[in-house]
Amino acid sequence: MRSQVYNEPIADTSLVGCPHCDLLQRLPELAPGASARCPRCDKELWRRREDSLNGTLALGLAAAVLFVVANSVPMLGLTIVGRAASTTVIGGAKHLWDNGQQIVAVVVLFTAVIAPALQIGFMLAVVLGALRERPSKWVGNLLRHQPTTRTWSMIEIMMLGVLVALVKIADYATVIPGMALFVLWALVFLLAGMQASFDQRELWGRIEWAETGVRRDAAGDRVADGTS
Amino acid sequence: MSPTGPTAMQHGLHSCGVCGLLSRPAPGENEGRCPRCDETLEFRKPASLQRTWAFLIAAAVCYIPANVLPVLTTTTAAGAESDTILQGVVLLWSPTGWPLSLIVLVASIMIPSAKILALAYLLITVQRGSIRNNEQRVRLYRVVEFIGRWSMVDVFVDTFTAALIQLQPLMSVEPGPGLLFFAAVVVLTMLAVESFDPRLIWDAVSASEVRHG
Repeated sequence: MRSQVYNEPIADTSLVGCPHCDLLQRLPELAPGASARCPRCDKELWRRREDSLNGTLALGLAAAVLFVVANSVPMLGLTIVGRAASTTVIGGAKHLWDNGQQIVAVVVLFTAVIAPALQIGFMLAVVLGALRERPSKWVGNLLRHQPTTRTWSMIEIMMLGVLVALVKIADYATVIPGMALFVLWALVFLLAGMQASFDQRELWGRIEWAETGVRRDAAGDRVADGTS
Repeated sequence: MSPTGPTAMQHGLHSCGVCGLLSRPAPGENEGRCPRCDETLEFRKPASLQRTWAFLIAAAVCYIPANVLPVLTTTTAAGAESDTILQGVVLLWSPTGWPLSLIVLVASIMIPSAKILALAYLLITVQRGSIRNNEQRVRLYRVVEFIGRWSMVDVFVDTFTAALIQLQPLMSVEPGPGLLFFAAVVVLTMLAVESFDPRLIWDAVSASEVRHG
């Protein structure tokens, strides 16, 4: 059941409730690079980034390129008594699927390929949309779901798993690291950098509001129709 | 509307979990929508304790077959051999491989069980209205939230080991039924963490402050 009634925003958007303890507090004006924490539970509430959009855009574009490369070339190969085999990330999931483990295959495909793709895609779309002074509503719709894709995007965890698998296999056969292995390691750092350079709060402050029929300026005050 | 306490809820305000905006629901309403980002809002995550318990119990049930059933079956000329997660840790233990063995032990066995116990502890203390150790409890929640995803590491180990070792008839490795339950434990505990509302830890404090003036 979805409520259709919009809430009335409070006028002062520097007031926030801590997401971890609900303490009502005022966020100070921060210098770039500085962060604000909740005095009661120590949750980081905001970290202001310098030149957030350009940094995120650059790292996001690089991540997109590496992501495509990482999923089109072999990641791991091995040779043993004259026989060779190799696999890609998607090949790993496909092998599970073909061997009666369809559900696990879907989990692997989602966490290693689909969620990272959405994470990068949403972020690039959001940043490009946010270059306008007053970003449109669709930017907010994508931005809403970006944190979820981040939770389920597990490339760094996959890389630790690959490292363990590599050592295990090295007991039986000669392991050949594929190009995707190196590209994925670089991608781990690019994704971490992309998320760290992004300032969500700054963007939410500029975005066009979801509530239709009422136009509000960036501070949340009603302004006359057709003048924004 | 007079302020009654330090939290947004006590001021009758919804704090949006997506965009951070504070807003006031229509008079008499518990629910509303965020005018900025369109998220459905309530004072606390809906049915947080019930949902978290449900995911947690499901995870605890899956935890048993995840550790008892084999996750990998290795077939060689000498026959087939199945390994559970713990046997995988033991196999990996060697003068050179022990650090990785330790990683798998921590990620696959210690983290999932610690996570289930930690969430049960948080749920029980919230239900009993405990007002002690709030800072430690919210920190515990953050640790569980941060490290929980790393349990997935064993799923990836087994996926790529099986995908790569396909050298029939010499040697082949296939995923076992335990893998499904193990992946289920990781996903279900992640969903449990997401359903839990850490603000509930502090609500007992607000309630006792109101009682005692």
